[in-house]
Amino acid sequence: MAKFTLPANSVVKPGLKYAAPDGAKRVRQVTVYRYDPDTGENPRTDTYAVDMDTCGPMVLDALTKIKNETDAGLTFRRSCREGICGSCAMNIDGTNTLACTKALDDIKGDIRIFPLPHMPIVKDLVPDLTNFYAQHASIEPWIKTATATPPDRERLQSKGERGVLDGLYECIMCACCSTSCPSYWWNSDRYLGPAALLAAYRWIADSRDEATGERLDELQDPFKLYRCHTIMNCTKACPKSLNPAKAIAEIKKLLVQRRG
Amino acid sequence: MAGDYEIIHHTYDVVVVGAGGAGLRATFGMAEKGLSTACITKVFPTRSHTVAAQGGMSASLGNMGPDDWRWHMYDTVKGSDWLGDQDAIEYMCREAVPAVIELEHYGVPFSRTDDGRIYQRPFGGMTTNYGEGIAQRTCAAADRTGHAILHTLYQQALKHHAEFYIEYFAIDLIMQDGACRGVVAWDLATGALHVFRARTVVLASGGYGRTYFSCTSAHTCTGDGNAMVLRAGLPLQDMEFVQFHPTGIYGSGALITEGVRGEGGYLTNAQGERFMERYAPNAKDLASRDVVSRAMTIEINEGRGVGAEKDHIYLHLEHLGPEVINERLPGIAESARVFAGVDVTREPIPVLPTVHYNMGGIPTNYHGEVVILKNGDPDSVVPGLMAIGEAACVSVHGANRLGSNSLLDIVVFGRAAALRCAETLDTDAVQAPLPQAETDAIIEHFDKVRYADGGTPTAELRARMQRAMQTHGAVFRTGDLLQEGVEKLTAIRQDFADVKVTDRSLIWNTDLVETLELENLIAQAVVTLCGAANRTESRGGHAREDFPERDDDNWMKHTLAWYDADGNVRIDYRPVHMNTLSDEIDPIPPKARVY
Repeated sequence: MAKFTLPANSVVKPGLKYAAPDGAKRVRQVTVYRYDPDTGENPRTDTYAVDMDTCGPMVLDALTKIKNETDAGLTFRRSCREGICGSCAMNIDGTNTLACTKALDDIKGDIRIFPLPHMPIVKDLVPDLTNFYAQHASIEPWIKTATATPPDRERLQSKGERGVLDGLYECIMCACCSTSCPSYWWNSDRYLGPAALLAAYRWIADSRDEATGERLDELQDPFKLYRCHTIMNCTKACPKSLNPAKAIAEIKKLLVQRRG
Repeated sequence: MAGDYEIIHHTYDVVVVGAGGAGLRATFGMAEKGLSTACITKVFPTRSHTVAAQGGMSASLGNMGPDDWRWHMYDTVKGSDWLGDQDAIEYMCREAVPAVIELEHYGVPFSRTDDGRIYQRPFGGMTTNYGEGIAQRTCAAADRTGHAILHTLYQQALKHHAEFYIEYFAIDLIMQDGACRGVVAWDLATGALHVFRARTVVLASGGYGRTYFSCTSAHTCTGDGNAMVLRAGLPLQDMEFVQFHPTGIYGSGALITEGVRGEGGYLTNAQGERFMERYAPNAKDLASRDVVSRAMTIEINEGRGVGAEKDHIYLHLEHLGPEVINERLPGIAESARVFAGVDVTREPIPVLPTVHYNMGGIPTNYHGEVVILKNGDPDSVVPGLMAIGEAACVSVHGANRLGSNSLLDIVVFGRAAALRCAETLDTDAVQAPLPQAETDAIIEHFDKVRYADGGTPTAELRARMQRAMQTHGAVFRTGDLLQEGVEKLTAIRQDFADVKVTDRSLIWNTDLVETLELENLIAQAVVTLCGAANRTESRGGHAREDFPERDDDNWMKHTLAWYDADGNVRIDYRPVHMNTLSDEIDPIPPKARVY
């Protein structure tokens, strides 16, 4: 009989509890995943009682408040705090999203914050995104042309041709979509995942790009593309309201059409 | 000490610090020229703050009507309140057209006109025919132009196989005999220290908006390169000039692009009055940013602000209609919904002038080479050191930057730095060993901060600094207010000796990152307020209530500020370059600045 064991450090234990400051009236419990690579101990979940009357409106505000006032060691990525840089992607209340645009008021009950799922964790809420970035680079996400560009002016592109790129070029590479995809969880070594495929379709769809055939050749692969089973978690998770699932479907459609 | 750390050594022709628009353009430009190049960045490239630029990038393409780079140059000189260097401004405005064409060829998804050309919108201070009409000069990709450009530049860097060191925190420059020899950085993922030896280090490390409590800048905008330059014993230039963007969202400070007003949006006070008509009869809401921010501040100070506290202003775009908003301003519609709870098709956005951009920075010439005043030569080049982008003070923005000249600046001077390195670096020469004592001293300082065990948490001291800057370095300044601010900051600088770092680890120790950043911020805050207290005139973004007039006789010069290890500031000056590069345009003489 096969014997299965859990990977090291996969059991998350309850951790420390931090009380609210005296006099706090509107208190909410914020539970955060903690992992310290230096101790190598199992991860734990620490719970912080946060005074909402002195906290900003977003989940990132709560995390920053905890780091500033209670636990300076709490570790997470953040930068623009306005939903455009994609740094603070994490799993909040069971859903992958950006901490900076997720309102605390939109969460019922206690606030539970974990790193993006199924990624190696470097520390606390910081996942290792090396593979995710490498997959993005692997689709060669830059314009490819054969015909010479006009020397002194821009290439022409109609409003309609440019309009096709809306909903594709705005990706912020936060990885919310890919790390919400069960297929990606099991096959992230070979399945490119929705973010990289959205990037691939962004160039396929661009009227100025002349490498569609080459790009489709690269994607025609049982794993790279066809591990997408239209689960649609990607589209549901995207904090920028993009639709990677549709982009993937468009690629599949082009491959079918190409077969004739 | 150094023995306690894992240290990894590298040698490159060029090391670029920062991977925003300027850093990326420089990095792959260098790689394209065959120079071995490393790019060190504390965030993944597409998370750099260039990504947050919205409205666009100026260039006199003339796609929407007649335009000329000379008109663009005139507007930029006037916008700078005659503190900009005219040779550098000429270079930037001439290079703007090929720069934007190049970006389109790289694949930037610019919005388009009906005939398929790059769409251009009006922006503050951008005029035709030397101030006569309103120009449509700002090339836009909806209201996500920075995102579109940054991602495209990252794609080009991938194409050119640029070498990145991502999530590395640059600690200090390695200086020897007045030349820069390399840089020390800390790899957050492994905790190792990396010593980079290079023929040239290019600082593309951005601005320092986070010295203030409320800013449009990202958490990571801490001006680390500027502070490294100060610690290297070199001066920063024109640091008193801080730009307040008229339309940060009230409360969060998130940016709402000037492009809203470019597309026809306008500001109103509590009486529903379009007050900009009084302050700038011709340009109205499209006057330059310093003018609009002052007007808004006066309206609020005189009791005509909106809201329960009468402490902000309304920005209207509901009259533009959903079609224009969806096509050209979708990003800010989302920001306004998320951060102000406003449906922009129905209600105005509550806004407030918010710290946005640093005109000052590391003094350079228009090649990107760092220059200082040395032995009477105000343009003496520092060997081995360059600066580009918001970190640099070329100076193309002078006392006030025009909107959409920043995306232009980063691309033009990122490219210029690469061209200069290709031209000047002798890649066959052997690089001498690095001076061990300097490297050891940098690591020793890093270790000291890592084990800082005082009584003041980093966040507490940072909040004190940010509040002091917010109060004492505001839109309007007075001598007394500034002096009081300098005293507060002096105390804060001294209290840094009592800072407390809780996390002692080396892997992803963001407590230590924030403390090193705080040290960087404090140095820049001090030179900013000292420069402001010293400059007894009003010019561009520096408005002194006690000296309301521009004083060209005494102050048409750049401030240089040095900051020693004890926190003492020394000030000297460099002349403004009033010469142009070619005979295709005459220098633009100073005159009264009216919009």
